[in-house]
Amino acid sequence: MTALLEARDLAVGYGRRRDKRTVLTGLNLTVQPSEMVCLLGPNGVGKSTLMRTLARALRPLSGTVAIAGSDTARMSPAELARHVGVVLTERINIGAMPAFRLVELGRYPHVNWAGQLGEADREIVREAIVSVGAAHLAHRDISELSDGERQRFMIARALAQKPSVLLLDEPSAFLDVSGRVEMVAMLRHLARDQNIAVILSSHDLDLSLRTADTIWLIDGKRHLHIGAPEDLLADDTFAAVFSGPNVTFSVTDRSFRIRTHPRGRAFVSGFAGRVDFARSVLEREGFAPSDSPMAELLVTVGEHGWTANGNGTQAEGQSFADLARFARRTGEGVQ
Amino acid sequence: MAVISVLLLIAFILAICLGSTSIPLQSVVSVLTGQTSTAAGDADIILSIRLPRALTAGLAGAALSVAGLQMQTMMRNPLADPFVLGITSGASLGVALVVLASGSAIGVFLTGGLGIGSGFALVIAATLGGLLVLLPTLAVASRLQNPTTVLVFGLMTGYAVSAFVTLLVAGAAPDQLARWVAWGFGSFSAVTWTQLQVLAPVVIIGLLIACLSIKQLNALLLGETYAQSMGLNTKAMHLVTMGTASMLAGAVTAFCGPIGFLGVAVPHIARSLLKSSDHRVLVPASIMLGALLALLAQLISLLPSQFGVLPLNAVTALIGAPVVVLVILRARNGGFVG
Repeated sequence: MTALLEARDLAVGYGRRRDKRTVLTGLNLTVQPSEMVCLLGPNGVGKSTLMRTLARALRPLSGTVAIAGSDTARMSPAELARHVGVVLTERINIGAMPAFRLVELGRYPHVNWAGQLGEADREIVREAIVSVGAAHLAHRDISELSDGERQRFMIARALAQKPSVLLLDEPSAFLDVSGRVEMVAMLRHLARDQNIAVILSSHDLDLSLRTADTIWLIDGKRHLHIGAPEDLLADDTFAAVFSGPNVTFSVTDRSFRIRTHPRGRAFVSGFAGRVDFARSVLEREGFAPSDSPMAELLVTVGEHGWTANGNGTQAEGQSFADLARFARRTGEGVQ
Repeated sequence: MAVISVLLLIAFILAICLGSTSIPLQSVVSVLTGQTSTAAGDADIILSIRLPRALTAGLAGAALSVAGLQMQTMMRNPLADPFVLGITSGASLGVALVVLASGSAIGVFLTGGLGIGSGFALVIAATLGGLLVLLPTLAVASRLQNPTTVLVFGLMTGYAVSAFVTLLVAGAAPDQLARWVAWGFGSFSAVTWTQLQVLAPVVIIGLLIACLSIKQLNALLLGETYAQSMGLNTKAMHLVTMGTASMLAGAVTAFCGPIGFLGVAVPHIARSLLKSSDHRVLVPASIMLGALLALLAQLISLLPSQFGVLPLNAVTALIGAPVVVLVILRARNGGFVG
């Protein structure tokens, strides 16, 4: 399969000649049609700079970006817009206008000077709105929509450009949790159904690891790691990049864990559906899980409560909050 | 829209009927339709004073409003207009320089003693003067994202340039200075047919360019990055927009003096009346509403006729200032309409 988007020896950054600030350098990237790429990394390492360069909002400091084999630097603005659609973080505020008119703006690179839409254009606009699942909102005014709904129309607008590559720079930053999950799931479907390459920068590690075909991970030293999520998990790249003084990145959980002061070990047994919850409570309080009952803390979990034995005191309770309080007291006693 | 056009027609005819002497409607209609049954005096007043004045008011109002709309959309700033951004002050500077350089007394050009050639020279100077002030303001705007800072910068540049113009003109003879000050109040009355031959084509060309860039203005509604990503050549668009806005505002300023508030107020009135940010609606609406409000301002300025006429700028400020305040209050409620 030939690459749809290809960056060679790309250096990205700001400024020209004298006041040049290189942010990332030596990048070689390829993206296939219908591939979903998530760009991850801590703040300030250059995710936006890279996205802006791929979208040609910034010029590459060196190297090239090519789409379908042609260098984007040589494309006219309209030609580029027919290849690449862009969605950004920023809240747009355009005043009063029905939502479908916003999507019609996406036909900009295809229509004549007067911006007159033909029947084919209107059909494409309708399809774009349907594909983001917002047909029922098309005639509402943009200013009345929620952030998530508005962002759907911004994506529909980008789709109306009929691009082969969709670039989204933290498009879900303003959305609530369910809005984020919905959006990423939708983008994944779009990539597959419409054969579009989707490149998405995000802070949502967990979600990206579950949905992306490929991860581009920039670490704090501005090195780019590329691979399927599982590749980067397996070789501990994620653990190395995201572990810090207060958190560790757990490869098995695909998520963060708080580093706590170790206070001992806990042996948990009992009702199977609740043992894991008790373990995570105790782990948060500094008691590492133990396989042997020779631990500092012994906990038995029932269907509705728990009993615990540690440091010479015994206790029982109903809620996990009570268990946490008990563990905290016991932990203090241990030290 | 239909209502606005009817009102515009009424205002236009009223502006011809009313003045220091009222002329009956029939005479106005018969003169305008080319019949010669009217008293010679009335026909003379209509053709040499009232008609050019009404045409000037309409053209100036349309020009300033469209320039304001262009600036508001391009800068994504609801308070931008030719006056606030200093285009008007820059245009005054251009006018003052041409007048001083040509060595003619200030009074001569202000009372309409100019030919077409010098009229064009004046418009070019005013346009360039406007651009001169607009360029640094836009350079600041591209570096600072804060719209307030940009407005303050534009206002201050405008004041500084105005102060410079005052210094330039200060050496003039007292009666000429008085005329310069009167010009600063703004007026549609001093424009003759000869000057209209310059003003009208320049304004019409500017308005045509604005109409031809409706598609681009709509793309800019989403901000520059999005506009670019949809295929707009933003650099070219900036040049065209700045050029037309300076030309429109410059031409009006050259002949009618610096007129404030119409440019900022009319686009907002159009947006809230028509409940749309779509430039396919806003550009024609701003043209007609701008002309309408300018004619109304002209009529209001005639009201206290026993004291002479009110300064036009006082009237436009009375219309425009409340609109600006409303815009600010609405922006605070999160409802900024760009």
